[in-house]
Amino acid sequence: MNVPLKAIGQPVSRVDGPDKVQGHARYAAEFDQPDLMHAAMVLSTIPSGTITAIETKAARSAPGVHAVITHENAPRLPYAPMAKRPQVDAQGGDQLKVFQDPTIRFNGQPVAVVVAETLEQAVHAADLVRVSYEHADGHTTFDRARGRAPSRGNEKAGRPADTEIGDADAALKSAAVSIDANYVQAREHHNAIEPHATIAAWDGDHLTLHDKTQWPDNDRDEIAHVFGIKKENIHVVSPFVGGAFGSALRTWPHVTVAALAARVVQRPVRLELTRRQCYTSIGFRPHTEQRVALGAAADGTLTAIVQEAFGQTATYEEYAETTLDPARNTYACPNVRTRYRLIEMNTNSPCPMRSPGVATGMLALETAMDELAVALRMDPLELRLKNYADRDQHKNLPWSSKELRACYRVAAERFGWSERTPEPRSMRRNGHLIGYGMATAVYPSHRAKASAAATLLRDGTALIRTAGSDMGPGTYTSMTQVAAETLGLPVERVRIELGDTDMPYAPVHGGSITMASVGTAVQAACQALLDDLAGVVKASPDPRLAAFKAGTPEWRDGGLAGPGGVISFAELMEGLGFDRITAEGQSAPGNESKTHSSAAFGAVFAEVEVDPDFGTVRVPRIVGAYDIGRVVNPKTARSQCVGGMVQGVGMALLEQAEWDERFGRPMNGNLAEYVVPVCADIRSLDVTFVPGEDTIFNPLGVKGVAELGLSGVSAAIGNAVYHATGRRVREFPILPERLLMG
Amino acid sequence: MLEVDKDRARHAVQPQHAFLVTLKVNGEEHRLNVDARTTLLDALRDRLHLTGTKKGCGLGQCGACTIIVDGRRVVSCLTLAVMNQGKEITTIEGLANGALHPVQQAFIEHDAFQCGYCTPGQIMSAVGLIQEGRTRSDDEIRENMSGNLCRCGAYTNIVDAIKDAIAHGLDPREAMTQAVEAIAQDAGREA
Ligand code: FES
Repeated sequence: MNVPLKAIGQPVSRVDGPDKVQGHARYAAEFDQPDLMHAAMVLSTIPSGTITAIETKAARSAPGVHAVITHENAPRLPYAPMAKRPQVDAQGGDQLKVFQDPTIRFNGQPVAVVVAETLEQAVHAADLVRVSYEHADGHTTFDRARGRAPSRGNEKAGRPADTEIGDADAALKSAAVSIDANYVQAREHHNAIEPHATIAAWDGDHLTLHDKTQWPDNDRDEIAHVFGIKKENIHVVSPFVGGAFGSALRTWPHVTVAALAARVVQRPVRLELTRRQCYTSIGFRPHTEQRVALGAAADGTLTAIVQEAFGQTATYEEYAETTLDPARNTYACPNVRTRYRLIEMNTNSPCPMRSPGVATGMLALETAMDELAVALRMDPLELRLKNYADRDQHKNLPWSSKELRACYRVAAERFGWSERTPEPRSMRRNGHLIGYGMATAVYPSHRAKASAAATLLRDGTALIRTAGSDMGPGTYTSMTQVAAETLGLPVERVRIELGDTDMPYAPVHGGSITMASVGTAVQAACQALLDDLAGVVKASPDPRLAAFKAGTPEWRDGGLAGPGGVISFAELMEGLGFDRITAEGQSAPGNESKTHSSAAFGAVFAEVEVDPDFGTVRVPRIVGAYDIGRVVNPKTARSQCVGGMVQGVGMALLEQAEWDERFGRPMNGNLAEYVVPVCADIRSLDVTFVPGEDTIFNPLGVKGVAELGLSGVSAAIGNAVYHATGRRVREFPILPERLLMG
Repeated sequence: MLEVDKDRARHAVQPQHAFLVTLKVNGEEHRLNVDARTTLLDALRDRLHLTGTKKGCGLGQCGACTIIVDGRRVVSCLTLAVMNQGKEITTIEGLANGALHPVQQAFIEHDAFQCGYCTPGQIMSAVGLIQEGRTRSDDEIRENMSGNLCRCGAYTNIVDAIKDAIAHGLDPREAMTQAVEAIAQDAGREA
């Protein structure tokens, strides 16, 4: 057997790969339940008002229908308030309480659910429900005049209304060179290919949920509060998540709908959102409009940064983002002012979508930096290096690690940045305009409390369990590597189970915190297991183990090393007469966030090819170099980065909800009209990781990958479009018509 | 007040417009009662519990439900179960034959997926395209694979995997011959 001595850092193929390529991996909707019934929701068709009548007779008498649940007949649910809303929820306002009153807060709000024997029967009967409304005035337009400061909850959660160091406006006025521009970023939808789905099954007052979730433990807490039951009575199972990108961080109302339906009909119920429902029953990246003004000395030294953002939120809940974080600490600048305002609209609540807030803030900031470079007649990369931030000036802390200079250098070299001629429209190929653009990438690194259990089995293999998720980044694989390396086992002898609330607690699988949080817990659990085992060996009267008792135990090559060689785990277990031995490990943030600021960094370079007649933009290549700390698995980490680049192409050129202001809903709620990148849109994507390890941030030395991979990409593409055409499109996505008429 | 008419509902367990159909999936015949409205996709997933075929949109827009019917790539959400009697249906579960199919193997090696939800559809499309001889260049692969969305963005790895499978496991000329035969048979049946 080819045993890598070091499992961490190896390009191990996904351990769940064979299951996924054979269709054996089971996602939320795919768990068979005896006597399963099917639910179909009826959604509101107006943005604001009250239900005056809801006619369900035809639906109730349709074949196969067991129940039609509306606000008129639904059981009252306690919706017990939580001491503190989990951080994945909106931090202001109040959550939507399904079927508890006749008020309509947005278009697409669930107003009824039909439960029937078959899916076809449920869908048909849902069509027969007739709802009458009294319309009320609402807000379906994004009107900056209605912008207001975030409430205290959001202020406390790090979304301040106003911040300032120095005097940015005065510095801007007196700057040798300045730019001042407005940027629009469209409402975007996650559109994971797996639609959200829940199977709910009650057994007395015990509830089992097979759910699509990035946080099984919170899913359980949330539903426990909604139904006023003990969380111990709820079991959430979610071993595979078919992509989410933030859409499954929090528990949405449809999960309650499924559980409620199952309780009413007293049978297991499956509720699977249709693709169209995924545009209003879960969240989205909010439409955001920003102003960025930058001032600099003639040599390019930044003297002023002003960034102001208006974000979209719902009327019932207040969702805010960290849009202005990058403005405050990406570059060194003595005068920085930020201003954040929210605009309430009759819409479903927005939520985090990959690189939440930061991708939006970086889109504007990094486009503005490009505009400043043009105004200064300076190379855009030079401008970034000139204003390199050696400290986090906002928190006034040193970085725990930062290899951004290396990222700039490596990416520029691999891209061939030096071949760029600075004049716009100066590069051409086959009748197309060619443009080169670049941007900085950044995403703050966090970690949270996590736990895991490590078990050694009689055959000498290990089993690792933690309630965390794997929505695609490769948690199964990377955790296997951490365990294998800590235990000194080949990866083939480690098995891992995830996504189940019966397993040790894990934090949210989002914000790129999983490796630093759950990874360190797995490491701790494996270490605890070895310590326990060493103790047992020391105490054992077995003469065969006598030689292994002296000194500090050395674990390697799948067992314990002693003077006469290695005794394998299997032999040890046999000698000790154990079937299994389990240890738990915890990890939690320490003092590091008080002494240091932590973030992952990168540099992204893009080439575009623009058809001068049609305004169509193609992206032949993107090159990125990233500082993500220690790389646990270069293969899966690379996949996360290329995935971010692909979504960045979408954000830059394709993706937007076409918002209908008359009805307050997206018109293009499907995958043909909401345009995402396809295979033919993507050509060469080049990813390099610069060497680094951040052991100040956590014992594994890792930072985070997924969010970083999207950060900066769309700005780099937009900047390349400017370089190709000399046209600055400030409204994203850069559609051909915007480019031609810009 | 909420009324649940259990007797009447139970009486309706038999789907309305029920049809007894025989579906031949991965070489095995299954007899089942389906609603006239049941898509082939839902029949596979919910009735035969072959959940490897994925539902991503139900509108023929994402490709996650791609399977092979009588040698042709088909999005199984846009065809009804009753329309597919007597046809040879191959799903992702029927691809590995003892060992993994070369395309499956190449997908693992090239990390051609992350969440894995689009993957069965990608693989079935790739297998179909290789058989049809429509994978002769990178551009041709990219163009023809564009009906299968991957939100995790694994496209570059998918293209590499397909090329690798062709280079190491599958002879496109042989596959081409098979495809020509399949089409000829098809034409014969229609004639
Ligand atoms: S692997 Fe997740 S959608 Fe393709």
